[in-house]
Amino acid sequence: MDSPHAPAGAKLRKALRQWIPQILLLAAALGLLWWLGHNVLENMRARGIQAGFGFLKEPAGFEIGESLLDYTPSQAIWRAFLVGLLNTIRVALPAIVLATILGTLIGLGRLSQQSGLRAACGVLVESLRNIPLLLQLLLCYFVLTSLLPEASTAWHPLPGVMLSQSGLFLPAWRCEGACHWELPRLEGFGIEGGFALTPEYLAVLITLTLYAAVFIAEIVRGGIQSVSIGKINAARALGMKPTQILRYIVLPLALRAIVPALTNQYLNLTKNSSLAVAVGYPDIVSVANTSLNQSGRAFECIVIVMLIYLCLSLLTALLMNLYNTRVALKGSQ
Amino acid sequence: MKRRLHLGTAAWIILALIILWPVTNWGLIHAVWHADLPACREARGLGACWGVIAEKHRMLLFGRYPFDEQWRACLATLLIVTMLLMGCWRRLWNRFGVASAAVMLAAAVCLMAGGVAGLSPVPTKEWGGLPLTLLISLGGTLLAFPFAILLALGRRSALPLLRSLCTIYIELVRGVPLISLLFLAAFLFPMLLPPSVHIDILPRVILTIAGFGAAYLAEVIRAGLQAIPASQAEAARALGMREWQLNVYIILPQALRTALPALVNNFVGIFKDTSLISIVSLHELTGALAISLGGDADWRSFYLEGYLFVASVYWVFCFGISRFARSMEKRLQGSRQASSDPQR
Amino acid sequence: MISTSLRRLLPLALALGALTSPAAHAGKTIDAIKQRGSVQCGVSSGVAGFSLPDSQGHWSGLDVDVCRAIAAAVLGDANKVAFVPLNSQQRFSALQSGEVDLLARNTSWTLTRDASLGLSFTGVTYYDGQGFLVPKKLKVTSAKQLKNAEICVQSGTTNEKNLADYFRNLNIKVKPVVFEGFEASFKAFFAGRCQAYTTDISGLAGIRNKEAPKPDDYVILPEVISKEPLSPAVRRGDDEWFAIVRWVPFALIEAEEYGITRANVDSLRASSKDPGIQRLLGTGEDSGKLLGLDRDWAYRAIKAGGNYGEIFSRNVGPDSVLKLPRGLNNLWNKGGILYAPPIR
Repeated sequence: MDSPHAPAGAKLRKALRQWIPQILLLAAALGLLWWLGHNVLENMRARGIQAGFGFLKEPAGFEIGESLLDYTPSQAIWRAFLVGLLNTIRVALPAIVLATILGTLIGLGRLSQQSGLRAACGVLVESLRNIPLLLQLLLCYFVLTSLLPEASTAWHPLPGVMLSQSGLFLPAWRCEGACHWELPRLEGFGIEGGFALTPEYLAVLITLTLYAAVFIAEIVRGGIQSVSIGKINAARALGMKPTQILRYIVLPLALRAIVPALTNQYLNLTKNSSLAVAVGYPDIVSVANTSLNQSGRAFECIVIVMLIYLCLSLLTALLMNLYNTRVALKGSQ
Repeated sequence: MKRRLHLGTAAWIILALIILWPVTNWGLIHAVWHADLPACREARGLGACWGVIAEKHRMLLFGRYPFDEQWRACLATLLIVTMLLMGCWRRLWNRFGVASAAVMLAAAVCLMAGGVAGLSPVPTKEWGGLPLTLLISLGGTLLAFPFAILLALGRRSALPLLRSLCTIYIELVRGVPLISLLFLAAFLFPMLLPPSVHIDILPRVILTIAGFGAAYLAEVIRAGLQAIPASQAEAARALGMREWQLNVYIILPQALRTALPALVNNFVGIFKDTSLISIVSLHELTGALAISLGGDADWRSFYLEGYLFVASVYWVFCFGISRFARSMEKRLQGSRQASSDPQR
Repeated sequence: MISTSLRRLLPLALALGALTSPAAHAGKTIDAIKQRGSVQCGVSSGVAGFSLPDSQGHWSGLDVDVCRAIAAAVLGDANKVAFVPLNSQQRFSALQSGEVDLLARNTSWTLTRDASLGLSFTGVTYYDGQGFLVPKKLKVTSAKQLKNAEICVQSGTTNEKNLADYFRNLNIKVKPVVFEGFEASFKAFFAGRCQAYTTDISGLAGIRNKEAPKPDDYVILPEVISKEPLSPAVRRGDDEWFAIVRWVPFALIEAEEYGITRANVDSLRASSKDPGIQRLLGTGEDSGKLLGLDRDWAYRAIKAGGNYGEIFSRNVGPDSVLKLPRGLNNLWNKGGILYAPPIR
């Protein structure tokens, strides 16, 4: 029926049969989008709601608790968004690194020959991954803010390190003229100086790290288990040391199985950082929420947040794909 | 070698005891078990106050569901849990099982909503706690499933426009956090519809969870589809099967079978994700904790116990279901090996 | 074409959920309310003195009583109100989208909100101002001493902006710790996360007296850093409904001026010869006709929860846990600024 010698009419019919449903589908999808957009504009017009992205240039008017940039409330809203974005990255990136390290350790621990270590890692994985992240985050924040001492009676676990409800304070390397270590100290109401990590930041960092780590642990375990025992035995027969086996046989093979799954976990972690809003860490969602309330531009703010996350996701996926091709090539050599 | 192993195990047991002892001390030995506020205050810092659960368990489990009608919420929860347990029993995977599950789910919804059989109607904004969590995750999964199948088939289709539409949807949804979609559903959904249409917040949230879950489910199903050898499709085509027959009778049943454990795990994911809807002010399990303890200055100091209780409820469900998925995975692997065994 | 077919599909989708109520929001709000038989009133999800549900789900508060008075005036029954708890992010979208008929959610009347959000504020029901709550042990007596302090504040409120403005003006650096929810923000404050807490003074009194572990350990600072006129709001473009929501609170204020209380309203209606009272209670000229209501509208509103003074003292004044003085919220001839235009 599909022979190349079919008459031209049949070919045309086939092409039509293929394309007409597709074009109708596309039209339906575009029509739906148009209809939704039309409704939004119509509803906004009918209720006298102002629309547009011009509000981004207006002064923000609200403070942001922590910021990597210099930020004052008189600056524009887009700058507040930028501060929020940087705060998201500031928590997601360290969490990715820490989760990878911790996850690898837990994954190796689950393969350990020591039954105690194996059991401990198993309990950790099963308990953390079966509880919603949001609940873990709220619990962690509660522990950090309710069970730690107040700033005036902060703990000094190490010299120059202070831990209290106001957060974790570390010595900071400051260079103004001469460089020196600046130690945190009690002053006024709280702790001044040094390098400060707020409890909100710590809570988000800790929970994101732990939650992603237990998933990464399972990926690492699966990846290593996927390396067939025959290859390891062969390496042993060649007289390779265990560390050499791990370095040259197991890791390159396991990484091929691990990296794509790891990409997904990194993407999830980045997206999960949006929960920071629940404990008041000023990430991009939190800043968008505040601007939404101050300006009333609900639609615009949510669209901006979605676009930013899409970009972050695409960026992460791109970087990991680059790495993946490298790993895959190495493995096949 | 063996001796060192034993020593190592002993060291681990000692370490575990060092960690577990204060926990047991706090959680069991010095704990207050009944709703006795002075005793709880007394024991603060030494022992847990499980009395807070005794005092608040109804609000923790059922949220703001009308107090006198909470037997209905309780019954609905039991129905859904029974349904889930039935799902774990393979002998019930037949028409009778599916029909009774559907009846039970419908009965649970009717019990919650009321308005039939002399039950007073309860508006959805008063629903809360565990039954709400269960209904949203089940409703979300059930709606997501057919949508996900269509998306997965579409993404593998030979028709380029269809393929790219499905791909765009899946990648867009997977690229944004659920919370932003929930904000969209909670704040903006009404703006997307003509002013004459008004949809209640609960179906809005369920639809959002379904649309979100479907994008992830579609990828799971796609992986299942890819596992089917191309020769099967070719054989079916050679037999003169049409494309839809091929999908419905040959490809999908096998693909879904291989994807089943992953699908169940996906349900666990959705179950955990429902905790986010507390941010858009529906009081499911996580939200119910906030309203039951947040509004009470006396008991608020025992939030930790509340968190642990709610976490354990989530844990029981998620652990149970993922265990079931794992056993199913093992069985599937076993049967696949068995069927590919040429000796049989 | 697509839109009509979708419109045809929508009821199907709605029926699927079995939870939906296709309510008409196009056209007049008042018609929709009468058809539905209840007023949908957006309130805060738990602010002592303004709107707070007890554990049986029974609401009380000043905002709640305003809604009840409006329901009594419009529908003849103060209980025909559905309270929709909204968080500060949801409130304006919920009103814009027609989810609620009016917003009585201790919301400050500002130019931006009035002019750009598609809503209209109807008239102040409570004059508030923003202040600070601090633990006594910090020995702070003025907000100007809060240099470098961490201040807990709820996001999405005018408070957040005022805080930034006030300290920027004084050139004092403070660290705001911003929370999404009211409950989360004061929970963190009482746990010791911040050295000060800021919100409207009525809110401060509420959380100090109702939520603090020991109210006497906390003190409200003398500075009032902003004007917060709290007013109900309605969707823009429906003048009849706007007029009703504006005039019912005026009637309650007017009633206090005339000395009409819940207790004596019946006897005054039967016997009073004062033309002002007669007009208000519907025994003189028909004031309701002008609003599209019947002549007893104000009588029913007063009968529902008493005059403004009664509502005040029951919810936020001496008879409540807040124990706030009348202050600005007294009648214009008693040292306050409450001044209802004459009902004639």
